[in-house]
Amino acid sequence: MAASYFDVDGTLVSTNLVHPTLFYLLNQGTPVQTALRFGRALFKAPAMGVAEMADRRTFNELLYSSYEGMSEDRLVLLAEEVFEKVLRPSVFPAARDLVRQNVDSGHVVVLISGALDFIAKRLADHLGAHEVIANRLEMKEGYATGKLEKPVVAGPEKARLIREHARRHGHDLDDCYAFSDSYSDLPMLSVVGHPAAVNPDPRLKLLAKAYSWPSFDLRVSS
Amino acid sequence: MNHPCLVTLEKDSAPRVLFAGDKLVEADLPKGTRCIYPKPPISPLRDVDAAIRYAINHPLGSDPLYAKLRPGMKLTIAVDDISLPLPPMRRPDVRERVLEIVLALCADHGVDDIEIIVATGIHRKMKANEVRHMVGDRVFEAYWPDRLYNHDAEDKDTMVEVATTEHGEVIEMNRRAVESDLIVYVNLNFVPMDGGHKSLMCGLTTYRSLASHHNPETIRSCDSYMDPKKSELATRVTRMGRLANTKLNVFTVETTINNRMFDRPLEFLAKNEDDLDGRERAMLKGLVATTGRLPQAARQAIFDRFPAPYGVTGVWAGETEAVHEKTLERCYEQYLVPVQGQADVLVCGIPYIGPYNVHAFLNPLLVSVQAQGYLFNFYRGAPLLKKGGTLIITHPCTDKFDHEQHAPYIDFVHRLLPETRDAVELHKRFEKKFAEDPAFIQMYRTGHAYHPAHAFFMWYWGENGRQHIGRVIVVGADNEYIPKLLGYETASSMDEALYRARGEDNKSLDIACLHVPPIVMADVSL
Repeated sequence: MAASYFDVDGTLVSTNLVHPTLFYLLNQGTPVQTALRFGRALFKAPAMGVAEMADRRTFNELLYSSYEGMSEDRLVLLAEEVFEKVLRPSVFPAARDLVRQNVDSGHVVVLISGALDFIAKRLADHLGAHEVIANRLEMKEGYATGKLEKPVVAGPEKARLIREHARRHGHDLDDCYAFSDSYSDLPMLSVVGHPAAVNPDPRLKLLAKAYSWPSFDLRVSS
Repeated sequence: MNHPCLVTLEKDSAPRVLFAGDKLVEADLPKGTRCIYPKPPISPLRDVDAAIRYAINHPLGSDPLYAKLRPGMKLTIAVDDISLPLPPMRRPDVRERVLEIVLALCADHGVDDIEIIVATGIHRKMKANEVRHMVGDRVFEAYWPDRLYNHDAEDKDTMVEVATTEHGEVIEMNRRAVESDLIVYVNLNFVPMDGGHKSLMCGLTTYRSLASHHNPETIRSCDSYMDPKKSELATRVTRMGRLANTKLNVFTVETTINNRMFDRPLEFLAKNEDDLDGRERAMLKGLVATTGRLPQAARQAIFDRFPAPYGVTGVWAGETEAVHEKTLERCYEQYLVPVQGQADVLVCGIPYIGPYNVHAFLNPLLVSVQAQGYLFNFYRGAPLLKKGGTLIITHPCTDKFDHEQHAPYIDFVHRLLPETRDAVELHKRFEKKFAEDPAFIQMYRTGHAYHPAHAFFMWYWGENGRQHIGRVIVVGADNEYIPKLLGYETASSMDEALYRARGEDNKSLDIACLHVPPIVMADVSL
């Protein structure tokens, strides 16, 4: 059986990791807590900007440090609201169709995302995907430490995780599909037999053309 | 005595000018070669609108259209897609004229639940500007995109199973059309294989339905696609269409056009090279030299720029088969040139455009479609080429594909053809999986790509030619790799190709040249 691996941000949804984080930051228990957390996050913003350009993994680590001290209960409680208010409205019109097409073709559909697992799982359920490979916040005594559990899902690590997932489940990578919007996901796209560029950025668009990979836009209704 | 369009070359005859994609090349063909030229264009109808009105008011085997209309009814109009005519017709396209008249009639009878579906089948979806060109500004402005749209064969929610024939062929069609009180099909018949039941059975159905007849077994059983009585493809499509029509209310409007593909300055391209006057000869030389030197993109842009000045030669309406009979008569009147006897060698230039590459490059898979699919099949009676004969084509066979329209073709040519050229094996081993490729399906649905199954259908399209033709030799290929993948030999010149065709024993050959475009069909008697 083949598997289809989907990047999420920019590929299936128009949001990125920052939007759900902002929602959490702006929805703390009290206005004071909200102001404090938001202020701290703002302080890190320039560093995150630099990291985003240099290394996606460092960016993720800086971003998720904003969660430090939040209780697991509250994170899970707010997850449904994050999904409804942030994620669901940003799902591209044709995303569900594409996922369904893969499911109908008998593929195991896996979302692979730098997002947090409890949010990604809700998105997977909404789209009809089977599994998620996503980041997990490290918890200590019910509170987030601000660190991510290893391995961090980002950049080239996605390719390794796909290889590992395929091996564990007996998928032949030559038969597997991968979908992404970003040139930074080149390793993930290159590891499967059927890569595809979805709403590609200019560099990925050029590359897809050079290698004759399918390239299409999910931002329009099918 | 020979038909005037059948010219036997003399020793001092001028070189013949053949298309080689978007270039023109000169070829010296030996004395005795029979060149078959298109007939002059049939005179167009003087008043096309009057002919359309007459046809829908005096239909064949059906009540007039006005008698079928009633307020509050659900009406679906289906129109052909961009695959015909080639090149697209100068505005107003005859389909625009038919639509304007049919829609006005509907308005007069209080019919307002109308949707117009471009019957693309699994072809690429037409772009907005292409649809506008075909249906005209008024219809486009009023209906696009909510009530005028492309068929989507992969939108499972909008497809519905209509029936299954006694041969197990499943008819799965566009739900809107099936649930309508009346379907009006507005056709433009370019060649005799278009129209009739094929319009609905290909244009508004799904891959599953199309696979019932677009398969190696059916295509191998065809004896010319252009002679429906001898085409297994037409037999199957007709069987499905007849069954569908027992459940649907279909009113067919068919139109024919003449073969005036080139406008005045280029009209001489259809003429016998020996009959050209001084000015035409100079223009031809200039054209050969210019197309030889210009970059490919510029050549394509030039040819893309000029729609054809086709004239409308007939309009009929009513019951599908009764209408189509008349259409075929007029088609044959335009295209058939009587030819006595077959040839050992058939020489054809491959033009830059085919049904599946409007506004795109004629890629290697489509070269094979043109050669073994269309040009070989432009006959009635017997094939122009003897069984086991040699087909010589002129084309660069460039390894180039349009990434937007023909993405699945690239995989087919570069990944599957190296494994096998056997159509049956390709069908069994790869077709289904390829046809379900989610990435290619998405390109078909949200972009302007052909459905992945189409690449297979294109390969099958050459299958009866492939079974009949002994060898194909390409003159002027710019690489060895693509001809080899397609199963072709290469030659650097026409002389070399003919030398090879003669073989070691230097046997004398009966050579024929089908001088296209415009389209010409050989009516071959043995």
